[in-house]
Amino acid sequence: MSARIDTPTNNSDFSAAKCEALTNQYVRSDGILRPGNTNCAGCGMSLGLQWLDQGLEGEKPTMVIPACCGIVTAGGFPTSAYGVPTVATTFASSPAVATGIAKVRGLNGETNPTVCWTGDGGTYDIGMATLSAAAERNENLIYICYDNEIYGNTGGQRSSATPLGVKTTTTVQGKAERKKDVMAIMAAHRIPYCATLSLAHREDFLRKIKKARQTRGFRFLLILSPCPTGWKSEPTDSVELVRAAVGCGLFPLYEVFDGVRYRINARPDGTPLDRYLAGQKRYKSESIDVGLIHSQIREQWACLEALERSFPARKED
Amino acid sequence: MARALVTGNNAAGHTLAVAGEANRVARGCCGGAYPITPQTEIIEFLRGFKFTKGEIVPVESEHSAMAVCIGASLAGARSFTASSSNGLTYMTENVFAAGFYRLPIVMIAVNRTVGPPWNIWVDQGDSLALRDAAWLQFYCESHQDLVDTILVAFRVAEDRRVMLPALVAEDGFILSHTTMVVDLPEQNLVDRYLPPCRVPHQLSFKHPETVGGLTWPRETEHHRREIQEAMEAVPAVMREALDEFEKIFGRRPHGAFTAEQTEDAEVVLVACNTMARTVRRVVEARRAKGEKVGLVKVKMFRPFLREEFAKAIGSAKRVGVLDRNHSPGSGGIFWNEIATSLRQRPDVLLQDYLVGLGGGDVLPRHVEEILDDLKARKQSEEPIWKEVAA
Repeated sequence: MSARIDTPTNNSDFSAAKCEALTNQYVRSDGILRPGNTNCAGCGMSLGLQWLDQGLEGEKPTMVIPACCGIVTAGGFPTSAYGVPTVATTFASSPAVATGIAKVRGLNGETNPTVCWTGDGGTYDIGMATLSAAAERNENLIYICYDNEIYGNTGGQRSSATPLGVKTTTTVQGKAERKKDVMAIMAAHRIPYCATLSLAHREDFLRKIKKARQTRGFRFLLILSPCPTGWKSEPTDSVELVRAAVGCGLFPLYEVFDGVRYRINARPDGTPLDRYLAGQKRYKSESIDVGLIHSQIREQWACLEALERSFPARKED
Repeated sequence: MARALVTGNNAAGHTLAVAGEANRVARGCCGGAYPITPQTEIIEFLRGFKFTKGEIVPVESEHSAMAVCIGASLAGARSFTASSSNGLTYMTENVFAAGFYRLPIVMIAVNRTVGPPWNIWVDQGDSLALRDAAWLQFYCESHQDLVDTILVAFRVAEDRRVMLPALVAEDGFILSHTTMVVDLPEQNLVDRYLPPCRVPHQLSFKHPETVGGLTWPRETEHHRREIQEAMEAVPAVMREALDEFEKIFGRRPHGAFTAEQTEDAEVVLVACNTMARTVRRVVEARRAKGEKVGLVKVKMFRPFLREEFAKAIGSAKRVGVLDRNHSPGSGGIFWNEIATSLRQRPDVLLQDYLVGLGGGDVLPRHVEEILDDLKARKQSEEPIWKEVAA
C-alpha cells in the first residue's frame, strides 16, 4: 500500500548497522526526490522536483501525482523515492484528490502546501475538466505540469500538448494539429497566479516557486520538461534544449496575475530555432514546416507583448 | 430522540451530517458533492449544513466527488458523499480506488436505473455493478433502516479491523422521495456512538509514505488477500456495532440477513430494499392461511455471508429470489450469490425472478404470482422475466 523505508531485500550482507546507515542516508533525507528514483537520464522532472524542493525552502509539501511518469519515479512498493507524503491518484483526479487534502489541512490549521505534480496528459487532456473545476473554485493548491509534450509513460503517443508536425507513435506522419495553449486557458480562470518555468533559468524558476508559495488560492505552473526517450534527444542536451526553446521564443517565460496582468520574464535573444529542433529526432519529419513554426512564434509574441502592454503586472505582483 | 416526518433523502442527509459533525473532535469531515436525480436532496442538505469543522465541496462530476472524498480521507477526515445511476457508473474508477486505498468513506447510493435509455426509477443495477470494488454494501428497506444503517456503516467501515468504504443503498423515489416518521439520531448520541475517525495510513510528514504507488504481483496478492480478510472480519465487527447501537439508541438494526418465519418454512422468498416489505405482507397473509412460507431479507450484500445465508433459509426446499437488477448474459445478481451459497444444498429448488426492473411497481399480487409459480414448479429454470409494468 505504502512505503516507508528502502529495505534492502534478499541480501544477507546488510548488517543492522549498515541498514541504519542506509536508512539515514536515504530515508531521512529531507528532499522531495530522493536518490534511487527511476527517472530516465536527462528527464526534466528530476531537475524540476529538486528545484521545487529548493524553492519551497524547507516547507514540506504533500505531493499528489496522477498516473504519469511522476509516479513511476517513486519505484515499486515498499520503497519510495519521494521523501514527503505522496498520493498516487487515478489519471484524471489529482486536483480533486488534492482539494480534499488541502481542505482538511485547512480545517486543521496546517499550512504546508499541497502540490499536484502532473504530466501534460493529465493536464491538457484527461484531467482538464477536473483541473478547470479546481481552478474555478480557486482551491488552495499549487498545480505543476511538467510538460514533455507526449504520453511518455506509455511509450510516446500524441497529447494535445504535442506541437504541430511532431512525430509520435500515434502521429507517425507528424501531428496535424497545433499545441493547445494551456496557459491561456488557465489564465482565463482568473486564478491568482500562472507562470511558465524554465529548467535552464534557475533563479527565475526558484523565484516563481517562492511567489507561488506566498500566494493563496489556485496557482498554475508550467514547466517545459525534456523527455530524451520521447524527444529522441541526448540526455546531456536537456537543459540546453530548454535554453534554446526560451531563447528562440518558442517557450516564452511569463507570469499572469489574477488572469489579467501580464509580465514577460525573458524575450527571444536571437537563438536560432534550429538549435532547438536539430537535437530532437521527433522534429525530423517532412511534416515539419520551419517557416510555419517561425510565423507561429511571431504571432505568439505579438499577442504576449500586446497583453503585457495593455495589462501590465503591478510592481507588487 | 427526535421524531420527525421526513423523506428518505432528508433522513440520509441529516444522518451523514451528524456523523460528519461528530468528528469535529478529530480532523473534521469533508466530501465532494454533485447532483443527480434521485439523490440530489442529500447533497443539498449537506451543503446547507453548518459544520463546526467540515466542508462539502461542490465539484464538477461524480468522479471528482469521490476523488475529494479520497483526498479528505487520506488527510484523516471523516468522508462521505451520495450518488445514483450513471453518476455511480461515471464515478466507478474512483470507487474502486477508494476501496483499494482502504479508506472508510460512506456513500449513499439512491438506486436508479442505469441509462440510456434514460429512466429515473429504481433498479439495483447501479450499486450492484460496484460489487467487486472492495466496498461493504448495505440495502435498506425503510427510512429508519436507512438512518440506522448509515451510522452502523460508519462504525464498521472505520473499525481498524475492517478499514474499507461502505455503500448504503435506498430505493429511488419509493424511499428517497416518500415521507415516514423517523427517529432522527441526535448529535449527542451520535457523538457517543461514533468514535473519532482514525485512518492508520493518514498522510504524515513524520513518516512520509507513497500511497497507491507501484506494486508487483506478490504485493498485489497480499493486498487483495488483506481486503478479503478485512471482509471476513465484518460479521464480528458488525455484531459489536449493533450491540453498541442498541445500548445507545435503544433499538437494534437488522443484521446481514433477516430470516422471517423460516423455521418451518417449505418455501422461502428472498428480497431486499422496499420490495422486502411487500414480500413480508404477502408472507404474513399466506401464513394466516396456514401456508408454510417465509422471507429472507438481504441487508448486507458485501461481504456476502454464504454460510449464514444457507442457515437463514432453514429447511426450505424451494427458494425464490426477487432480483430488481439484471446482469446481461447471466441473470439476477442476488440469485448468482445465492446459488453459490446453496451449492451444498442440491435438494433446494432455486428459482430467480427478474422483477420490477426500471422501477416497475411490484405489487402484492405480483409476489403472490411468484409464490404460486414457485410452489407449483417441478424444477428450476433460467431466470424468469416477471414483468409488472404492463
